[in-house]
Amino acid sequence: MSHSPAHEEHHEDTRLGGLNVKTYITGFVLSLILTIIPFGAVGFEWFDTGTTLIVVAVAAVVQILVQMFFFLHLDFSAENAWNTGSALFSVLILAVLVGGTLWLMYSLEMRTMVGM
Amino acid sequence: MSHGANTVHGASRPDTIVNFGFWVYLMSDVILFSMLFTMFVVVSDNTFGGPGGAELFKLRDVFFETMALLFSSITFGFAMLSMHAKHKGGVLLWLLVTFIFGVLFVTLELHEFYELIHEGATPQTSAFLSAFFTLVGTHGTHVTFGLIWILVMVGQVAFKGVTPPVASRLFRLALFWHFLDIVWIAVFSTVYLSGVMG
Repeated sequence: MSHSPAHEEHHEDTRLGGLNVKTYITGFVLSLILTIIPFGAVGFEWFDTGTTLIVVAVAAVVQILVQMFFFLHLDFSAENAWNTGSALFSVLILAVLVGGTLWLMYSLEMRTMVGM
Repeated sequence: MSHGANTVHGASRPDTIVNFGFWVYLMSDVILFSMLFTMFVVVSDNTFGGPGGAELFKLRDVFFETMALLFSSITFGFAMLSMHAKHKGGVLLWLLVTFIFGVLFVTLELHEFYELIHEGATPQTSAFLSAFFTLVGTHGTHVTFGLIWILVMVGQVAFKGVTPPVASRLFRLALFWHFLDIVWIAVFSTVYLSGVMG
C-alpha cells in the first residue's frame, strides 16, 4: 500500500484536485463571506428590494460555484472530465425542466387568472 | 494511471467507475431537488389566507443552521486531509466533529418544524407550506441519512483502519456531504431569504 515512491505521493497530493488545507480554507472563507452578504442584505435591509434579490441570487450562484470548485474539486482537468461533463449535462436538463415548468405554470396562471 | 485503485490514494480518485456511478446518483438528486424547488417557487404565493414566509421564518435561526452545515463541510474536508495523510486518529476526530455539526443542523431544523406546526403552520395549511415542508424536509432527510453514513464510517475507520476500500467509501461520503451543503445554499436563498422579503 505504501510502497509507492515519495515523488509519486507528492504527485498524487497535488493532482487530487489540489487536496490541501489551503484549498479548503479558501473555499470556507469565500463561502462564509458569500453567506454573510445575502443574510446581512436581507436582515438589515442594506438595499432596496430589487437590488437585494439580485444580491441574494448572485451570492448563491457564486457560492455554489465556489463550493463545487473548492470542496467537490470539479474542474476541467482530464481526470474530472466525466464528472464535470455529466454535471454540465445535468445543468442542461435542469434548465429545460425548471425553465419549462416555470414558463408553463406562469402562462397558465395568466390565462386562467388563478391569482385574481 | 500508473497507480491502481488498490492504494488509499487510488481508491479516492474521482475517475474510478464506482465513484463516477455515485456521481451520477448525485446528479439525479440534483434533478429531484430542482423539481422540488420549482414546485416551491410556483406555489410560494399561494398561502390560502394563511401565514407567508415573512411572518413565519426566523432569519437568525436559519443563519445558525447555515453556519452549522458550512462548518460541517469544512471539518469533513479536514477528515479527508487526515485520510490522505493516513492519520487514523485525525479521520475519527474530524468525522465526529462533522457529525456534531450535522446533528446541530438537524436539531435546529426539527425545532423550527416543531415551532411552525405548533403555530398552526402545518403542511395541510396551504400549498406554500406543503411545498416548504416537502423541499426542506427532503433536504433534512438527506442530511439525516448522511449522519447515519458518517457513524457507519466512524465504525469502519475505527475497526478496519484507513484501508483502500474504506478510503473509497469516505471519498463518496465526502461528495455526498459537500453536495448537501450546496443544496442548502439554494434552500436558504430561494426559500428563506426570498421568503422573508415577501
